[in-house]
Amino acid sequence: MEEKTPSPKAKMISLYIMGKRYEVPEGSTIMGALEYAGYQLKRGCGCREGFCGACATVYRTTDDYKIKTGLACQTVVEPNMYLAQIPFFPANKALYDLDELEPSISTFQEIYPETFRCVSCNTCTKACPQDLEVMDYIQALIRGDIAQAADLSFDCIMCGLCAARCPAEIVQYNVAVLARRLYGKYLSKKGEYLESRLKEIKEHKYDKEIEEFMHMDRESFKKKYYARDIEKM
Amino acid sequence: MYPEYMQESLKLVEKTRPERLKKSLSGEKVFTPMTDAERGEVLTKFHPDYKADARRKIRIGPNRGENITLEVADLLESHSRINPDDFDLSRVDYDTDVLVIGGGGGGAGAALLARENGAKVIIATKLRIGDANSMMSQGGIQASVNPNDSPAIHYLDALGGGHFDNKPDLVRALVMDAPLVIKWLEELGVMFDKDSNGNMVTMLGGGCSRKRMHSARDYTGAAIMRVLRDEVKNHPEDIQVIEFSPAIELLMDEGGQVAGAILYNLETEEYIMVRAKSTIIATGGFGRLHIKEFATTNHYGATADGLVLGYRAGANLLYMDSVQYHPTGAVYPEQILGFLITEKVRTMGAQPVNKFGELFVFPLEPRDVESSSFIRECTERGKGIITHTGRVGIWLDSPLIELINGEGAIQKQLPAMYRQYNRFDIDITKEPMLVFPTLHYQNGGLEINDQCETKIPNLYAAGEVSGGVHGRNRLMGNSVLDYNVFGRRAGIAAALNAKEVKLGKLTLKHIKRYERELQEADIHTDKISPMLLPNYTTPEVRARQLTAHYEGTLR
Repeated sequence: MEEKTPSPKAKMISLYIMGKRYEVPEGSTIMGALEYAGYQLKRGCGCREGFCGACATVYRTTDDYKIKTGLACQTVVEPNMYLAQIPFFPANKALYDLDELEPSISTFQEIYPETFRCVSCNTCTKACPQDLEVMDYIQALIRGDIAQAADLSFDCIMCGLCAARCPAEIVQYNVAVLARRLYGKYLSKKGEYLESRLKEIKEHKYDKEIEEFMHMDRESFKKKYYARDIEKM
Repeated sequence: MYPEYMQESLKLVEKTRPERLKKSLSGEKVFTPMTDAERGEVLTKFHPDYKADARRKIRIGPNRGENITLEVADLLESHSRINPDDFDLSRVDYDTDVLVIGGGGGGAGAALLARENGAKVIIATKLRIGDANSMMSQGGIQASVNPNDSPAIHYLDALGGGHFDNKPDLVRALVMDAPLVIKWLEELGVMFDKDSNGNMVTMLGGGCSRKRMHSARDYTGAAIMRVLRDEVKNHPEDIQVIEFSPAIELLMDEGGQVAGAILYNLETEEYIMVRAKSTIIATGGFGRLHIKEFATTNHYGATADGLVLGYRAGANLLYMDSVQYHPTGAVYPEQILGFLITEKVRTMGAQPVNKFGELFVFPLEPRDVESSSFIRECTERGKGIITHTGRVGIWLDSPLIELINGEGAIQKQLPAMYRQYNRFDIDITKEPMLVFPTLHYQNGGLEINDQCETKIPNLYAAGEVSGGVHGRNRLMGNSVLDYNVFGRRAGIAAALNAKEVKLGKLTLKHIKRYERELQEADIHTDKISPMLLPNYTTPEVRARQLTAHYEGTLR
């Protein structure tokens, strides 16, 4: 089970890595193609499964004027693709103490005022490799709807492509992480179960039982384990 | 869309689905869980750890003579990247209270708690902060929060899952801190999935007897890591992050205490020194060693660096004979080979079925048992589905999820999985996923106590790099919990320790001693470790890189 080894029979196609032509196997991801060509990646490569946002890539194909975007680990190569990675983007990140903030529009006006420069061009949404409605969550924040912004931005992997393309110089993904944190801390409903369990633990309710488990001989403990009832799915 | 040659089998899956659904909805167990004896049999016959060449005796270091995973033994029996005599110990580039090696969830949590306890912190990380397996975890984090659950039941499940080899004091810390960690994360602003009363949505994980899997859709790890990273970045005056600078050796003092580390700047190729009163290894696991040539779910940087650092300094390893293969790694399409298909897919009701559409195992056995039974189905029983590239897998019948939980359940609760397959034109709400076990987790690691201390003074370890808490098999949702619980504990302990410590004259004698041990054991190797990053360049290209070793000129 080797990693992404291109089949030896794979058809080869040409593409251009930062303008330079290489032949790579058809069906490779951009990341696989970079490595096949001989690059050992330091930047521009992370989890390799679409969760970390390290491998933001911009590309064009020869027959189209449009700039396209994708994650190198998730995008399959096309013939005559011209590509370059954007492994880092100098993005504004505000410093704040979450305990001091209010979950309201004024927080964003103060901390990330550029959010309100959004010109609704939707370029961020088009650039998003997760297909998130980026402009919509920025617009939600402009209306003060933190809950909606948190929901719409939830699957953001912070790759930076939106910010790289934004004419209003908004750093959407940093604005969004603040929105989600405010929602999680202040706006989401809190249940009773967690608090009562914490209280029980503080009152040492389970100490004795666990202490007993810790000193039980292996066979008796095994019996206890296999006899435990399993909650229904 | 799956290719034509798979269609016949897919029809059989569809044919058996209504009957399997009926059983699932009835509330009775869809398949009888294995007994202790059955578990033992399937593990010894089919788990990759039990193959004759899976382990070998390590010939040097604190665990000399013990059987450990072959690839780990090779890595540990390697030379240092540097000759200690070449390194200038008089020049301290950075001086700090606490050095955290690794920028994943464990490292970030450690840094935050060390700061809260008054320490100045440096995080040194190989790639970017947040580039870690922590970011990739999908399914959830365990914590006994529901009224019908308790830390004691969590303890029972964790030990049974680990085949009763887990270190009791570590498991106690794990289960007792779990609800506290959930609270801490929520106060930092992590958005967990909740019901209308504000209680957490909880699900049943493999090997668990209660619903205690907390999730954030199927981006649980990302949801947590994004918040921890954001919070670390909020404190630049106390926490300095040095990216693209992996630690390659620990520093020690004449008194045998750890005193920081040597970092390697991947871009300028300089070796620099961080002197620290406490050092925390939080470098994660070893998936990129591709043990037994398995594909892996792991991050690019998961190369077991911390094991090498700690072992050379004299720390013990525990359970390094044990490897976790996640039952459900992607087999098709080829581009996502080995990628993680979260256990949450089974948690929500998907069933593993063979090429005839038959359910052949309880869907939520502990991972090693589940994986072994998949391997049995594909090998001994010959009931796997073979792809055009010669790979084999079984179906994970995901369409059941929406039949059980209602339409839209997949897009709502498994958006990452839906997106992953949709990129390759497979709609998992209508078609199953083809899966086979994939290299997932380092069960063992550096031995610690419940304060994350190794046996070497000033040296701590937390998260996947440590060993003991999961015994020889970790349950779903206990690793996200692990790095939070022990990251926090390591941060606190390291900060308190830093207040007391007096460091002596710095030395790299331990590297020389290790080199001597290699010679005395008659080990001849060109290998150097830590490996830092895997190399996926083709052998043809490598053969033409004639001057990759040149000095003094452009290579």
